[in-house]
Amino acid sequence: MATFLNEVWRTRSYSNQDICPKINASSKQRPRRVRPLSLAGHVGFDSLPDQLVNKSICQGFCFNILCIGETGIGKSTLMDTLFNTNFENFESSHFEPQVKLRAQTYDLQESNVRLRLTVVNTVGFGDQMNKQESYQPVVDYIDRQFESYLQEELKIKRSLHNYHDSRVHACLYFISPSGHSLKSLDLVTMKKLDSKVNIIPVIAKADTISKSELHKFKIKIMSELVSNGVQIYQFPLDDETVAKVNTTMNGHLPFAVVGSTEEVSVGNKMVKARQYPWGVVQVENENHCDFVKLREMLICVNMEDLREQTHTRHYELYRRCKLEEMGFKDTGPESKPVSLQQTYEAKRQEFLVELQKREDEMRQMFVQRVKEKESELKEAERELQSRFEQLKRLHADEKAALEEKKRLLDEDQSSFSKRRAAAQLLQAQSLTANGKKDKDRKK
Amino acid sequence: HNSPTFLFVYGLNKLSSESGTDLFGYVGIEAVLDQMRSKTMKAGFEFNIMVVGQSGLGKSTLVNTLFKSKVSRKSCTPNYEEKISKTVKLHTVSHVIEEKGVKMKLTVIDTPGFGDQINNENCWEPILKYVNEQYEKYLREELHVNRKRRIPDSRVHCCIYFLPATGHRLRPIDVEFLKRLGKIVSIVPIIAKADTLTIEERQEFKERIRQDLAANGIHVYPQKEYDEDPEERILNDRIRESIPFAVVGTDKEHQVNGNKVLGRKTKWGIIEVENVAHCEFANLRDLLIRSHLQDLKDVTHNIHYETYRVRRLNESNMDFSELGLSTWLLENGTADKWESESHL
Repeated sequence: MATFLNEVWRTRSYSNQDICPKINASSKQRPRRVRPLSLAGHVGFDSLPDQLVNKSICQGFCFNILCIGETGIGKSTLMDTLFNTNFENFESSHFEPQVKLRAQTYDLQESNVRLRLTVVNTVGFGDQMNKQESYQPVVDYIDRQFESYLQEELKIKRSLHNYHDSRVHACLYFISPSGHSLKSLDLVTMKKLDSKVNIIPVIAKADTISKSELHKFKIKIMSELVSNGVQIYQFPLDDETVAKVNTTMNGHLPFAVVGSTEEVSVGNKMVKARQYPWGVVQVENENHCDFVKLREMLICVNMEDLREQTHTRHYELYRRCKLEEMGFKDTGPESKPVSLQQTYEAKRQEFLVELQKREDEMRQMFVQRVKEKESELKEAERELQSRFEQLKRLHADEKAALEEKKRLLDEDQSSFSKRRAAAQLLQAQSLTANGKKDKDRKK
Repeated sequence: HNSPTFLFVYGLNKLSSESGTDLFGYVGIEAVLDQMRSKTMKAGFEFNIMVVGQSGLGKSTLVNTLFKSKVSRKSCTPNYEEKISKTVKLHTVSHVIEEKGVKMKLTVIDTPGFGDQINNENCWEPILKYVNEQYEKYLREELHVNRKRRIPDSRVHCCIYFLPATGHRLRPIDVEFLKRLGKIVSIVPIIAKADTLTIEERQEFKERIRQDLAANGIHVYPQKEYDEDPEERILNDRIRESIPFAVVGTDKEHQVNGNKVLGRKTKWGIIEVENVAHCEFANLRDLLIRSHLQDLKDVTHNIHYETYRVRRLNESNMDFSELGLSTWLLENGTADKWESESHL
């Protein structure tokens, strides 16, 4: 039997929307009346969530966890315990000069769900003498992931649905089980990170604290966080199916966890536990520690919400700040809406003008330099020329002097040769005269 | 909950745990599917469908039959007062329908006047404009600095094109429309009022249409290029072999063999709309709603919208990477250029 709501149908007026020749950037549309309609039979779009889920299964999921904590506090062990595997881990030394981050990606599969898990660990956190800049590499890493997503999103040819999302979805902050309060390093770091990532604080190595101390410790930590204005991740309460369990869990924060990959036999089962001479701390026993709660909250109940929060809140905030930094706004100086294109064009013009100015400056500098060099060279040339002239003159003088000397020498020579000729003649004459005399005597 | 967890260490050795569910136990990753399901059910879905065809081909009736409710107003009812306009004017109507907790905002875009004039040149222009304008609206929203949490999606996810059951081939107006719009939106062509064709005529007609589509280079949904894996390809090949679907629409029910069925009663028999032996309405409904609805939306978002975006950004020369580089240049100066001049 068809049940059409005839009344509703007839009183509805036809919402006529002509095509506007120009879209104005301010989306001031006539609010369209959207009425609910009842269906006469089974249409079949209730399979939509399944269609969506099937597509996601084909694509696989991505989840990135950042673990911040001091060296040796149990970050890697907890990750191993959480995901029931043995990630390749190596112990780091306490002598790192700076905090570094090490990211490793793994492909996990459970039944038909494929998960690409990236675990980022801090190396050397809390080891330095001066810990003032310890948080900076972490903040930089998170920003870098946002930046690369933003770059991909702003590309002209982009492939967002194939993009390997490396943005940090959850940050587990490991608190030392001192039993007193948070360290100032903890507060400073968490304060810097709370607007960038979902922070879930956990108390590490919780088997060193007794139950009563733990209770007081938790209260102290939460009150310190609140009084310092640190916003940690609250499990969402808007979905009725999970609201109840999330509210109770919110009250148990921060979770006191114990991690272990070793198995100990308890009763007739093998369970993950830590064996001490005085007893066995079972990881999955809710009376012993909050590990099961952490696993529930992080993976089973809220993984999707963590990813969503990262994308819609933290990433959007980063994007907004970055674009505003670059000078983009949604409204212009007269608070009229400005499209990105106009801002972009304006920026581009600005940049081109700036570039032109720089180019002109450089050209001027260049010309000036050339002129300077030219005058320098001319100067040098002139100098050389004058030196040359001088040398030439010197040379000419010397030549003249030499000529003079030569002339004198020639004169001397000629006078000498004249005298010699005269002397020879005289000698010859005297000889012949003597010869005659001799001849005459002999006769 | 003892499903074995397989670990593949990225790029390194593979560890699998066939033996010993003692070592590897329950983690709970598959719970993310339920989380996703409940989140999307809470958020609701949007679907925008456009119907294009000459008047009298049964567009409104088909939409009403598809969604089993009075979504569109039929133009033949006595209260209908639209004059035949000189150009194609698009009408959009939105409804919220709910089934088993799944809420969907359905928007039907009707195109009265298409192909109705004596001179139908460029009658696809308003439709082309509308589709592009929805893309533009989405792009603008996406480029805002302060973005909405969920950008309202008014892009056309699917366009049903009604072919009159002539039995011959595609007409020039069909070719022109399909050529142009096939590039920017997912088109599902159907043969309307198919109860005027016998089964053999229907098969021949479909074959000729498929030939015409191939000859003109028209790609209709599901496009071959977008098949992602072999399974999908097999499924889609089967669909491609039977498009265009020959449909009959109606909102009246009749008694057949003691059951109430949707059908058209004629003197020579009752045409059962949901009987696959009679017409292919059920196939169309399954394609559009039960199996490929999400895929239609994905193709629109990942392919058609991206194509539009690339074109738009290239037109306005908006290359953001250029802008990022330019700010760096301005800040750090072109230092090396200086150095090279200084040694003159």
